[in-house]
Amino acid sequence: MKAIHSLISKIKPNFEEGGKLSRFWVVFDSIETFAFTPGHTTIKGSHIRDSIDMKRTMMLVIVAMIPALLFGTWNAGHQYYLSIGELTSADGLGAMFWEKLGIGAQKVLPIVAVSYGVGLGIEFVFAGIRKHSINEGFLVSGMLIPLIMPLDVPLWMLAVAVAFAVIIGKEVFGGTGMNILNVALTARAFMFFAYPKQMSGEIWIHSTGAATIDGYSGATALGELANTVGKSTTSPDVTSILGGFNVDGMFSMANSFFGLIPGSIGETSALAILAGGAILLFTGIGSWRIMLSFLIGGLAMGAIFNLAGANAFMSVNPVHQIIIGGFMFGMVFMATDPVTAAQTNTGKIIYGFFGGFFSIMIRVFNPAYPEGVMMAILFMNVMAPMIDHYVIASNINRREKRMILQTA
Amino acid sequence: MKVTDVHFSLILRSKLKDIYRNMAKAIRIRKGCDIRLQGEAEKTLEMPARAEVFAIKPTDFHGLVPKLVVREGDQVKAGDALFYDKYNDAIKYSAPVSGVVKAIVRGEKRRILEVQIQADSITQFRDFGARAAKGANREELIQHLLEGGIWPVIEQRPFSVVANPEDLPRDIFVTGFDSSPLAPDADFVMEGSEAEFQEGIDALNVLAGDKKVHLTYKKGTSKLTVIQNAELHEVSGPHPAGNVGVQIHQIAPMSKGEVLWTLRAQDVVNMGRFLKTGKMDLQRVVAITGSEVTAPKYVKVTVGTCVSTLLEGKVTEGNNRVISGNVLTGDKIAADGYLGFYHHQITVIPEGDEPLFFLTEGWLAPGLKDFSLSHAFPTWIMPKTKKFKLTTNQHGEDRAFVVTGQYEKVFPFDIYPVQLVKSIIVNDIDAMEKLGIYEVAPEDFALCEYSCTSKINVQSIVRQGLDVIKEEC
Repeated sequence: MKAIHSLISKIKPNFEEGGKLSRFWVVFDSIETFAFTPGHTTIKGSHIRDSIDMKRTMMLVIVAMIPALLFGTWNAGHQYYLSIGELTSADGLGAMFWEKLGIGAQKVLPIVAVSYGVGLGIEFVFAGIRKHSINEGFLVSGMLIPLIMPLDVPLWMLAVAVAFAVIIGKEVFGGTGMNILNVALTARAFMFFAYPKQMSGEIWIHSTGAATIDGYSGATALGELANTVGKSTTSPDVTSILGGFNVDGMFSMANSFFGLIPGSIGETSALAILAGGAILLFTGIGSWRIMLSFLIGGLAMGAIFNLAGANAFMSVNPVHQIIIGGFMFGMVFMATDPVTAAQTNTGKIIYGFFGGFFSIMIRVFNPAYPEGVMMAILFMNVMAPMIDHYVIASNINRREKRMILQTA
Repeated sequence: MKVTDVHFSLILRSKLKDIYRNMAKAIRIRKGCDIRLQGEAEKTLEMPARAEVFAIKPTDFHGLVPKLVVREGDQVKAGDALFYDKYNDAIKYSAPVSGVVKAIVRGEKRRILEVQIQADSITQFRDFGARAAKGANREELIQHLLEGGIWPVIEQRPFSVVANPEDLPRDIFVTGFDSSPLAPDADFVMEGSEAEFQEGIDALNVLAGDKKVHLTYKKGTSKLTVIQNAELHEVSGPHPAGNVGVQIHQIAPMSKGEVLWTLRAQDVVNMGRFLKTGKMDLQRVVAITGSEVTAPKYVKVTVGTCVSTLLEGKVTEGNNRVISGNVLTGDKIAADGYLGFYHHQITVIPEGDEPLFFLTEGWLAPGLKDFSLSHAFPTWIMPKTKKFKLTTNQHGEDRAFVVTGQYEKVFPFDIYPVQLVKSIIVNDIDAMEKLGIYEVAPEDFALCEYSCTSKINVQSIVRQGLDVIKEEC
């Protein structure tokens, strides 16, 4: 290690001010601090500091996303073989394991590469202009974005969305820590509104042009349910769709939980996402307050819809409701983003609850936007400062009342 | 309900009330953390060889602009004024020992950093005359304490600066213990000083007038429970339970416009001794602690002592940091530096100026030796008896504020720490007042600073905010 470090120290002067390569200082600095935590010692205040730093925090979030990423890669292949009829649901899940992973990797890796390439490129440029070191925030955003993208997303479109999210969503506010909206969801929302045509239809599974078998629509669970709205619950269309949600249907509770359904790359498997959630909770990186209240909010709205029961979408079992679509992914990875969530502990509970509540409400009331979670979390991102404002105002009031009591 | 039942329930209610009243005095702090460092002092007291040089550092008293009374080469007795407060000339700072003024060390802009005294072999004390605290006149007593130069042991809240003798405080708080990492044991340092402590408490009662003197002690300690004329409060829980600000907040929170006086237990003893003997003899039982001290133990020294005699040959080889005070709030001093005016602890830990390779020791390492308040290191599930050797490495670079909820875990106030810190950064005086800046001192944020992922120097920021507010008042 000494050798590597002395090499780094040797070439360092070239990148420092006045050096030949000083314009690449940001690149050099990020590589140096990646390899070695600097020997900076404390100057003021506490002489010792916690070993936790931004790099480790962000890396743990990435680790938590690995189960969803791996599962999503496998599932891409799985859905592909189901769609062309090479496998049926009767075949064991282990069948053609490596082929499935191969197909998935072909699709997923370029998406990940484009996301990181474009995003980090922009980050480097901005860090260079601002003359500060690279913030680690995009390491997480860059992985979150692929996981909420449809498999067949055109890469140029993805690049535009990432650029939009990083520049307009984050850098114009001052960079990591200053943004109001979740960066990854901003990218997704941009795709959704800028390219609505390309963001619907059979983009959720890999297609090679080969004919799909009859009866395989390739639509997501939410897409299917959206088709039931406005139709009588007894119409044949609706009953056939609802049949898909029965025990032996494509979107059965078990399939939805394990994630054997079409959808964005990382969102389908509640199990993989919960494994990631467990990592976040165990390491204390993710807020349990937000996750728990988000879950309760979603279940509460689902239960209220059950009671109303005005259409087929409303009568979906609340537990089933929250394991389809992006609800779980939003709960574990999106709502918990500390920068855009509420910052006070009380505020986090309120923020999480309404995040979950509105997620289900939007998806059912407005089936034109089947991904209610995205809208709900972005909405709550905007509301978070207001929630905090009122939480803090009550603390201020308490202090003022105490003062009046004491002086009276 | 029968009559007897009603009677019984009334008795029960009054009993419960009694229990509640007693319980109210026991304070349990839940938020906080004890950083488990290696190098706790063994409970043996040594009388080390006397240092040759002593120094009083004006920088120990925040905001003080000293006006020198002595010049280099002057003869002084213990208790003779060295300098006084330019803005309140009644407050004198006196020599802890007799001898010759050896040097007046100045820093940038000729700011006085140290007044050094070459000590006589036997200290000659200026005699201020013994005086009983009980029944004393408040004004005369204040005058007496100011005269002897012992007044600066009394600090005030807000702002955590030396008290203004013209104020009439709302209450006086004495912290009976220190909960900082490796802090001296409360009972051990009090051994044999009970009578002087009681005298000091009696004096504080005079200073308080008709107001209260509160005394806190750590649950499980006994030396202070016998003290009379003070309202006793039992405190338990992790650091910062011993911080006076935390205790005030739990017992009787303060508001804008109020002034409280605060003292540390050992200084109450010093005050008592001053009154009993008429001699300005600032002694302190000091714990010498830290992972780099070969045999951590207690020593009895005079305030301002040079630490070189205490540490020479008793510290491991290598690049170490010597801290007067504890690792969270103390001051970095040279190996031949001087014990701070308010400190009762010296800590020696290794400097962490080596770069850490990311896989073995750095940010992606397993981290089996890293104590962390976050759960991102496996050490949080290790047995609580495991002690850690921590260095002065900052463990990461400065970043924008990202992770939330960290400060709140170690900040036992009904105050929003992050929002208060942010209001200070943007210099919003109105918001600082509303968010409770009068109730806090930099030391209360020490654990926030320790645990901060973004490596923000929170204590300096809080001090800056207090300075702004003080200026406005």
